[in-house]
Amino acid sequence: MTARIGVITFPGSLDDRDAQRAIRLAGGEPVALWHGSHDLDGVDALVLPGGFSYGDYLRAGAIAAHAPIMAEVKDAAAKGMPILGICNGFQMLVEAHLLPGGLIRNAHQQFIRRDQRLRVENADTAWTSAFEAGQEIVIPLKNADGGYIADDETLKRIEGEGQVAFRYLGVNPNGSLDDIAGLTNERGNVVGLMPHPEHAVEPGFGPQTPAAMRSGVDGLGFFTSAISAVVGAAA
Amino acid sequence: MPTIVVDVMPKAELLDPQGKAVTGSLARLGHGTFQNVRIGKRIELTVEGEVTEEVLAEARQVADEILSNAVIEDVVGVEVLAEAEEQA
Repeated sequence: MTARIGVITFPGSLDDRDAQRAIRLAGGEPVALWHGSHDLDGVDALVLPGGFSYGDYLRAGAIAAHAPIMAEVKDAAAKGMPILGICNGFQMLVEAHLLPGGLIRNAHQQFIRRDQRLRVENADTAWTSAFEAGQEIVIPLKNADGGYIADDETLKRIEGEGQVAFRYLGVNPNGSLDDIAGLTNERGNVVGLMPHPEHAVEPGFGPQTPAAMRSGVDGLGFFTSAISAVVGAAA
Repeated sequence: MPTIVVDVMPKAELLDPQGKAVTGSLARLGHGTFQNVRIGKRIELTVEGEVTEEVLAEARQVADEILSNAVIEDVVGVEVLAEAEEQA
């Protein structure tokens, strides 16, 4: 079977087409979905893409988290469907309480864009099984509101239960507590991160690597992981 | 028409990057008197008709569930705007 992975477009989404392309390059079938509908079109997995939905009004991701389709997204999350939130999508997942904590303006107040080294902390999720725990990857990062925060109790819990999926290496680009770049829920099907794996899927268009310019394709593993999870579940 | 004012502030224990930047700017401009600046949001909800207890309760609910995020912010006030202020 070919895994059908939906990408939800919200008003102000920017990287929905890039996410669709990444799914195709990873061997899946991308399915375009619209925020205003209540129809997930029978997809096997979901991506909430990056961008600036509703201009980041109120709080980044806050208005999108209450979009009509989010009712179905929450149901799907509860049933175990693999769901990935990238950047603005991650902000939506925390605003929808599908992941713990919150994201605030970068500590240095600036928008930042860089090829970011990350460590995969949890390789047992639906979106990280193609990696090994402790593996270092390089994924482009670009955001203004990427500072991860949570109260002490929440932080202790997510650290203790392995819910920190990715950590920034080298530079903490936005003041995130514990260098947290991405999280998973307890079940491992819902994952969110600030960096953009969909921008590291094709040689010539990815981040810089020591081997060659723009040759980084570490983002592919996110999508092949989800495809394996879906195909494995169906088999 | 009556207006309900919702005031939202970033949690005291968390970094407020906006406030921090403005604190630095005031100090550079010679206003070091103001040791600390914190920046929140004032949201005005206009109501048709009377502000009953139910309406106020609904405003509090909206303030807690949508207008603020309890992880990063506190709702510090949900109050009906005084009429004098409203006409000004």
